[in-house]
Amino acid sequence: MRHVISLLLENEAGALSRVSGLFSARAYNIESLTVAPTEDASMSRMTIITRGSDDVVEQITKQLNKLVEVVKVVDLSESGHLERELMLAKVRAVGKDREEMKRMADIFRGNIIDVTDSSYVVELTGNSGKLDAFLGAIDASLILETVRTGVCGIGRGDRILKI
Amino acid sequence: MVLSGAEIVVRCLQEEKVEYVFGYPGGAVLYIYDELFKQEKVRHVLVRHEQGAVHAADGYARSTDRVGVALVTSGPGVTNAVTGIATAYCDSSPVVVISGQVPTAAIGQDAFQEVDTVGITRPCVKHNFLVKDVREIAPTLKKAFYLAKSGRPGPVVVDIPKDVSAKKCEYAYPKSIAMRSYNPVTKGHQGQIRKAVQLLLDAKRPMVYSGGGVILSEAAEALTRLVRSLGCPVTNTLMGLGGYPGTDGQFLGMPGMHGTYEANMAMQYCDVLLAIGARFDDRVIGDPADFARVARKIIHVDIDPSSISKRVKVDVPIVGSVSSVLEDMLKLLDENPQRPDAAALEPWWKQIAEWRGRDCLAYDRDAPVIKPQFVVEKLYEVTGGDAFVTTDVGQHQMWAAQFYKFDKPRHWVTSGGLGTMGFGLPAAMGVRIAHPDAQVACVTGESSIQMCIQELSTCKQYRLPIKIVNLNNRYLGMVRQWQQLFHGNRYAESYMDALPDFARLAEAYGHVGMRIDKPGDVEGALREAFKRRKDLVFLDFQTDQTENVYPMVKGGKGLTDMILSSEDL
Ligand SMILES: Cc1ncc(C[n+]2csc(CCOP(=O)(O)OP(=O)(O)O)c2C)c(N)n1
Repeated sequence: MRHVISLLLENEAGALSRVSGLFSARAYNIESLTVAPTEDASMSRMTIITRGSDDVVEQITKQLNKLVEVVKVVDLSESGHLERELMLAKVRAVGKDREEMKRMADIFRGNIIDVTDSSYVVELTGNSGKLDAFLGAIDASLILETVRTGVCGIGRGDRILKI
Repeated sequence: MVLSGAEIVVRCLQEEKVEYVFGYPGGAVLYIYDELFKQEKVRHVLVRHEQGAVHAADGYARSTDRVGVALVTSGPGVTNAVTGIATAYCDSSPVVVISGQVPTAAIGQDAFQEVDTVGITRPCVKHNFLVKDVREIAPTLKKAFYLAKSGRPGPVVVDIPKDVSAKKCEYAYPKSIAMRSYNPVTKGHQGQIRKAVQLLLDAKRPMVYSGGGVILSEAAEALTRLVRSLGCPVTNTLMGLGGYPGTDGQFLGMPGMHGTYEANMAMQYCDVLLAIGARFDDRVIGDPADFARVARKIIHVDIDPSSISKRVKVDVPIVGSVSSVLEDMLKLLDENPQRPDAAALEPWWKQIAEWRGRDCLAYDRDAPVIKPQFVVEKLYEVTGGDAFVTTDVGQHQMWAAQFYKFDKPRHWVTSGGLGTMGFGLPAAMGVRIAHPDAQVACVTGESSIQMCIQELSTCKQYRLPIKIVNLNNRYLGMVRQWQQLFHGNRYAESYMDALPDFARLAEAYGHVGMRIDKPGDVEGALREAFKRRKDLVFLDFQTDQTENVYPMVKGGKGLTDMILSSEDL
């Protein structure tokens, strides 16, 4: 099962490597990991997408909680939550493909944020499925490069992760 | 008061009432050594290898209720210490290791004796720090001691760059420490504890399985009261020996791979199992699927939530400190008018007596060669069961665990989790330094002892009259046993050729050495050795080369699938 684990941790040098080290040492799976400071600069927030049985995910949350610099851990996928990921895709845009690319970007509600006479950079946000769908919808030979941030997640409504 | 970083380090150690630091100097810690030199409160023990420093600090910690402290230099000092740190980590031993680091400006420059200490030690510490600012030394050390000892204890490394130990700042030792990200639970959930007590009272075949948590939590006495009032059998894991008196009738011995028949059978066939400060380790329950084959209710008390439901599903999880939960259980038991089910306990004990009747630890007492078990039995007798016993790793370790009966906690010091050969002698140094009047024996093998034999020199310098009980079978015995059982008797590299004459080697270090060849000389030699109260005596017992440790549960097999003797092979 896919899980979205969200954590608050001290914004200290090395905290990230403690988390990533834990995943590799215990052979847990990481699909994506994002981290950045929060509005409180002393703390970072991390979203980890992982896969595992319920037992494994229970261990993951317990082991994360055990790390001294981790302040709080929740499994967002236990209830309603939102996920977003940002992708920048550089695509070939010449001849008839130029118009087609523009149309696809519009359909997926992306923005074209860089234009040259032969390429676009399309900025797209959404859940991971939407980004995959965009890549699936355009001709693969037109994709020059892509970069994705990985997922960040937040609980719906009253579920708040804060100290 | 303005002090240098090095002065602050020493002040902090004094504040923490540290009596001894086990260490080895080098460039990056010279300022700290200079300050240690200028005072007398914190004494330094100069080991001969940094692994020995950490094991000694660890032995000190395990045999007391205190934090052990080691001090090493950067680079090779740290890498040598890693085995010691990992050993402490695997057995949750509270040790603070202070390491020197190259100067801040040199970090990342591939400087002389630079290693990424925080990176290398990260997976084998409870926590670690790199102190980049002299003002952070005092709060960091305060945190280090607090982290090492609180919650589930463990080693903490504090890495201090050389320039930071030279810089000056205003010093004040923090009185207390609060960390928003670290708040170990101590009090257990009352509802869960109530449920647990009820289950135990209703049980027909109750069983208590306790581990190192009981020792770490200073809860041996509470455990003993609980087991007595429940009238049920109890087993102590390798780490938990001494948690319940080993000579008591309710004690079934150790469980697990080399546990007793009765302990393993009772673990498997009880109807309510109280696991307390133990973690269902693979060496204890064997195959978890086989263990789960039999229905029983499991209550699991542990301070570390991640130990609960890790390998075995439990019915009543209780997160809390073992001592606090035990006290709560005792109180509830007292208040409850219900008594344990005597009518059910009687057949349960009868069953256990039957299992005990297998006499699973029997060995040939008439053999013409020295049986290793016999040496441990005699050691037990000669020391009146009162010695501190450290061990290395292998067959001798298992025989020591099986045949020395520990009635008190913290007298048994062994590397359980990591299984570190080389632990025994330096650990014994730490024990003896913590207990300067006690009898301290290191039960070892001719292979293990060579892994930290250099510490014989430390023992000479600090006059540590440890008795080294070397069960010399000329083999990496435990390896040979596995090769015999699982690799068609192909003894690949397990014969220890070219052994030194240990008695003379000990003498070369300035100690007393004895070689014992005949069973009839075992007791006399031990008596003689322990009579020499001021001397380290190296007793080199030439033991049976082919003896195996039984019972044995093969790796990955079910707990009740035991080989009881060579006849079962
Ligand atoms: C540092 C280290 N290396 C290797 C091992 C693997 N190992 C476990 S027991 C053992 C043999 C120990 O031999 P010895 O010290 O003579 O004890 P015996 O088993 O003969 O009693 C070995 C090599 C280990 N536990 N630790």
